[in-house]
Amino acid sequence: MRLIAKIGEWFDWRLQLAAPIREVAEHQVPKSTASWWYVFGSAALVVFLLQLATGIMLALIYVPSASEAWNSLQSLNHDVTLGWFIRALHGWGSNFMVAIVLIHMVQVFLFGAFKFPRELTWVVGVFLLLMTLGMAFTGQVLRFDQDAYWGLGLGASIASRVPLLGPAIVKLMLGGPIIAGATLSRFFALHVFVIPGMLIGFVGLHLLMVLKLGINEWPMPGRLVKKATYEHDYHELTQKDGAPFVPYAVWKDLFFAAFILLAVAACAAYFGPFGPSGQPDPTIIQTAPKPDYFFLWLYAVLSFLPPAMETPALLIGPVIVLGALLLLPFLSGEGEKSWRRRPIAVLTILLSAVTLATFTHLAGYTPWSPHMDAWSSDPIPARFLRHRTALERQGALVFQAKQCHNCHALEGKGGQRGPALDGVAVQLTQDQLIRQVIQGGGNMPAYGKNLTPAETTALVAFLQTLHPAAQAPARDASRAVAFGGNGENSSAVRPSSQP
Amino acid sequence: MSTDNTISRRGLFMKMGILFNGLVATAIAVPVVRFILSSVTRGRANGYLSWISLGTVNQFPEGETRLATFRNPYVTPTDGKTADTACWVRRIAGEQFQVFAINCAHLGCPVRWFPQSALFMCPCHGGAYYQDGSRASGPPERGLFQYPYKIQDGLVSIRAGELPTPGASAALLGKKPPCA
Repeated sequence: MRLIAKIGEWFDWRLQLAAPIREVAEHQVPKSTASWWYVFGSAALVVFLLQLATGIMLALIYVPSASEAWNSLQSLNHDVTLGWFIRALHGWGSNFMVAIVLIHMVQVFLFGAFKFPRELTWVVGVFLLLMTLGMAFTGQVLRFDQDAYWGLGLGASIASRVPLLGPAIVKLMLGGPIIAGATLSRFFALHVFVIPGMLIGFVGLHLLMVLKLGINEWPMPGRLVKKATYEHDYHELTQKDGAPFVPYAVWKDLFFAAFILLAVAACAAYFGPFGPSGQPDPTIIQTAPKPDYFFLWLYAVLSFLPPAMETPALLIGPVIVLGALLLLPFLSGEGEKSWRRRPIAVLTILLSAVTLATFTHLAGYTPWSPHMDAWSSDPIPARFLRHRTALERQGALVFQAKQCHNCHALEGKGGQRGPALDGVAVQLTQDQLIRQVIQGGGNMPAYGKNLTPAETTALVAFLQTLHPAAQAPARDASRAVAFGGNGENSSAVRPSSQP
Repeated sequence: MSTDNTISRRGLFMKMGILFNGLVATAIAVPVVRFILSSVTRGRANGYLSWISLGTVNQFPEGETRLATFRNPYVTPTDGKTADTACWVRRIAGEQFQVFAINCAHLGCPVRWFPQSALFMCPCHGGAYYQDGSRASGPPERGLFQYPYKIQDGLVSIRAGELPTPGASAALLGKKPPCA
């Protein structure tokens, strides 16, 4: 033992590091901050270190070339011993890192930790969030499969909408006129050198500020932040009711970090690596590209934006969100810290969480996309065909053959792009049905050019049978006056007899 | 004499040193910036677009829409399969064609042609187009991108080479973009 101590002394006499490290470790923190609520920042750091380590290991095998990347991932998955596990660790580590960074941000926001004097710590944190998302996106590109390929096309399409500079930005982003070898190479450079380099620098800055300014004390309702008195009060608090960070608070960070690492490893071992999906061959068009989990909400938003809103929302929306995040500590740098007395802050978080969760959930089953194979794989339920006339059954055939089923569901089967048609005859009269089929409208294409009059007649006859047994189909009352009788002018289309 | 107006020998050398570094940095920055922007400037100087044959006219039956593939005219050695591109060729009649880009005019996903309903449908966000490429429904603001085409010696050729995007569509349609 004496020898070890001597060697240690020899090094420290030359390095002079022991004293500053001890000072950092034993700096006084308010006792209230030794809480399970204060563990997310350190957990994010630990997952980041895991990403660095696993990333370097993947780089031993991965080939950043558009013609070889996909094969090298297959080799990692299937040939290299435990290559699949390292890929899985890196992929799940990425998901955990985004999640923990978001939770950390919510905690900091609700505990008022962004207020004076920690405004810049928050601003640096916002950039850290952007870089984390940047790593998630560029990482998805390096998994060079169909999703990555078409995801790049999506990014290029968004970038091209910038006024005047759009086309130039696209070529700069792609490294050429199309998504190809140069594109993957530059996303590799971003993912492996540029963004991690910036991340390391910003993480260091973020940590330095936490050390220099002190960790945010536990917010007490009614204890207001005032620029004139805050620093004095905080200093007094750490003296009177403080404790050294090591070991008083650090043990919770250690436990949580180990728990998170264990969770990442468990997910990696149980669920395995992500993809790669099909080969990045643009001539294979039988594909439905989807982004990774944390971008699914955006994928859903993009399908709901009305055409006229698309470009303004895509270009102005991010600026507004980023601006709000960056300005927050400057607009609300003083006053109440506790979430118990900041109802708007709590509501903002709840609203954001519900919104993001809803869009993410919707992206899970994409109700806005036609079911491309419903017309050939989802038959019309038998009860809609029983006791029907020949014309009505012909209409059911038209319904399948013209792919109405791809967008309209019957008994819950088929597409959800348009409304389900189980009870359409109650809502639309014969004339309205004909008009809707021929002219379209309300997001439905017009089928006038694609249906013969005979097909339209048959289809509408079938649609008129779609109503619950106890409910009569919609009828235009004026027809009784115009044509007499029950208002029918055609023997082809007659009220159906529901069994 | 006040010291404000004098400059020491070492002070002068330091300032000259900073100036010297500034000059060298500028001199190096010029080729560096040109290198970084090369993918943009190259497209402007020589153009990425050129005429590519899709096959003979007879490969495309009248009144039908068929998938055609071509190798991008501008390739690099590591492009692999990504330089292969698909497009939809609609032969209306005789030598009258329409050649549509595979990329949806919304956000670039690959649209599929359904002859049964005579619609192009996009798998991403539900965009749909009629057989002539005009917008039918969904989020796209416009119809499908079209490549300029010509028929020569019985071959159908299109002018292609750039990823069609909503912002750059003017260039693809044969009009020059505002800054070219």
